[in-house]
Amino acid sequence: MNKVVSKEKFSENVTKLVVEAPLIARARRAGHFVIVRSGENGERIPLTIADADPQAGTITLVIQAVGVSTRKLCALEPGDSLTDVVGPLGQATHIEKYGTVLCCGGGVGVAPLLPILRAMKAAGNRVVSVLAGRTKDLIILEDEVRASSDDVIIMTDDGSYGQKGLVTVGVEQVIKREHVDYCVTIGPAVMMKFVALLTKKYNVPTEASLNAIMVDGTGMCGACRVTVGGKTRFVCVEGPEFNAHEVDFDELMMRLKA
Amino acid sequence: MVDSRNEQWRVDLRKSHTPKERTAIERVVMPQLDPKYRITCNEEVNEGISEEQAVREATRCLDCANPQCVTGCPVGINIPKFIKNIERGHFADAAAAIKETSSLPAVCGRVCPQEKQCESKCIHVKMKHPAVAIGYLERFAADWQRNHCEQEVPKMAPRNGIKIAVVGSGPSGLSFAGDMAKKGYSVTVFEALHEIGGVLKYGIPEFRLPNAIVDYEIDGLRKMGVDFEKDIIIGKTLTYDDLHEMGFKGVFVGSGAGFPRFMDIPGENLKGVMSSNEYLTRINLMKAGRGGDTPVMQGNTIAVIGGGNTAMDSTRTALRMGAKRVLLVYRRSEAEMPARREEVGHAKEEGVEFFTLHNPIEYIGDDKGFVKAMRVQKMQLGEPDASGRRRPVPIEGAIEEIPVDIVIVAVGVSPNQLVPSSIKGLEVSNRHTIVVNDDTMQSNIADLFAGGDIVRGGATVILAMGDGRKAAQHMHEVLSQK
Repeated sequence: MNKVVSKEKFSENVTKLVVEAPLIARARRAGHFVIVRSGENGERIPLTIADADPQAGTITLVIQAVGVSTRKLCALEPGDSLTDVVGPLGQATHIEKYGTVLCCGGGVGVAPLLPILRAMKAAGNRVVSVLAGRTKDLIILEDEVRASSDDVIIMTDDGSYGQKGLVTVGVEQVIKREHVDYCVTIGPAVMMKFVALLTKKYNVPTEASLNAIMVDGTGMCGACRVTVGGKTRFVCVEGPEFNAHEVDFDELMMRLKA
Repeated sequence: MVDSRNEQWRVDLRKSHTPKERTAIERVVMPQLDPKYRITCNEEVNEGISEEQAVREATRCLDCANPQCVTGCPVGINIPKFIKNIERGHFADAAAAIKETSSLPAVCGRVCPQEKQCESKCIHVKMKHPAVAIGYLERFAADWQRNHCEQEVPKMAPRNGIKIAVVGSGPSGLSFAGDMAKKGYSVTVFEALHEIGGVLKYGIPEFRLPNAIVDYEIDGLRKMGVDFEKDIIIGKTLTYDDLHEMGFKGVFVGSGAGFPRFMDIPGENLKGVMSSNEYLTRINLMKAGRGGDTPVMQGNTIAVIGGGNTAMDSTRTALRMGAKRVLLVYRRSEAEMPARREEVGHAKEEGVEFFTLHNPIEYIGDDKGFVKAMRVQKMQLGEPDASGRRRPVPIEGAIEEIPVDIVIVAVGVSPNQLVPSSIKGLEVSNRHTIVVNDDTMQSNIADLFAGGDIVRGGATVILAMGDGRKAAQHMHEVLSQK
């Protein structure tokens, strides 16, 4: 159960694991996530499902090592098993033919963005993707994103690859040059906040996938609560995606800094 | 019930003491750990009674011809039968008598509010004496059996090959699973979390209910052939339709009321304000602060909002996590508290400060978003409300600000909608409970039964178990008619 089938290191801190989870691989849709636990004393942490192969019975997880639990996961080798993998959780992304969809992802946010942009492309949308990272090494899954996008813009903070600048520079370029019907953004909360402010200015409906702190992931604790449109919502059951123009990103960022 | 009462040993036992002699015996006092010591650890507070104490307490029971105590027990345990077996020193027989109708005796003996159930109907109460300590005796019998005997499988019907699915491994699901296994069904219990037991594991702390005891009773169910599948969420990992395709002929939903309520007051999303479910799950299930990787915020002053058992569990857990000062904030007076008297008493002995007739109206944060104070409104009791309890009314202008590091909100739970909302056509109330026939626990979908908190909203372990038992009986009737 939950065996690691293969492993790839994208960069020093970012690792891709393909994990056996046949029931989840079968049931999951774009936008869903899982809760995983490594070791008997392990913490439950949420990870978005980046890809799945129902035939092989596997799901793909992309993990950034930032703390004890993510480092434990990144240290797993093929043949090792995760103690628990539960899902698929959350609401699947609402996919329809909008016209032109702008998909912008920052850092490891590109991993959960990939299944959404694939589904958007499959639904007949023109997909323009903006990938952003601090530096060249942190731009992940570029080939996979290109395969399902009509155009890709790469942004790096230090200019080591693509254009120099923040994700919003790329987003604004696209909005200025062509009509955008819908925008999806996944990445650090601060990035999504500024993407949301920008798209609000241009009246582009925008969905953000929120990365709140979670414990159970099934709606029983409320650790992941966020304010959306003035109301408290639980990211794990009602999300993870919400109308980005209604999310209180400052509160989300405050709650993430424990 | 008459059968066992007429057996010669019981007739002789009844003659061995006069009712007067029996009622003259004083009710046993449960030995417990010293409050100063017990808040330094997670050890069980109630230490259990000795064999000698148990026999003496069992002698108090008059072995009534028409025992009312049984009517007060939601799973209908044959109380005089097990108590009289204790009186004659047949402790294993006592445990077996309980097992006839209860899947979790060591659990119920510890967490049932017996004072409101079996013990409230005891003949001693009518005679203005303290009731026979049925709960202590139940616990004694279960513990004695666990400590002295190999775990035995109760009497089972021959296997009938019919597959039954149970959604949720809390008290209602376990009780249902045990009864269906006894009736010959192949039962699989699906649990969303990584541990079996529901609230018995994530909610009720070890100092009230040790996890080892819950696991022992779950092992008993395993020995009866019940299968447990963890990390499976019905409605997500597998759907209700999938269960049908897998050949399950009946489904029991016991998914509980795990959705925490908040008060919707300013500052409730500050860091350090959390639901009791989150606080207790981190500590009980995830071992936060006790070797687990999961963190939990620590503080010197912790306020717990609410007056139920969950609130008591949270205050006492906070003390054990090292809080210097723990405040219980409740908007009514102590008389209206829904928590068990025993738990209220334990919390007080351990040093919890009671702020009854106080209601939080706002939390105030520091510049980093951590809660640093709460504003509480003082209340007084007005006219009785719909529940018959006197309504708390704010005293105008009486608002106090109290510095706090952590706030735990324990003002109740609602049914978790995840499972019911995933089943097409299932009738659900506007309170998000599954609508069932009260007598049969059958929903509007013929093969789907439900019980426990998903039907009642937040209630008790024993009511959930009673529902599981009732559902098993009626599902069996429905399936045997086919």
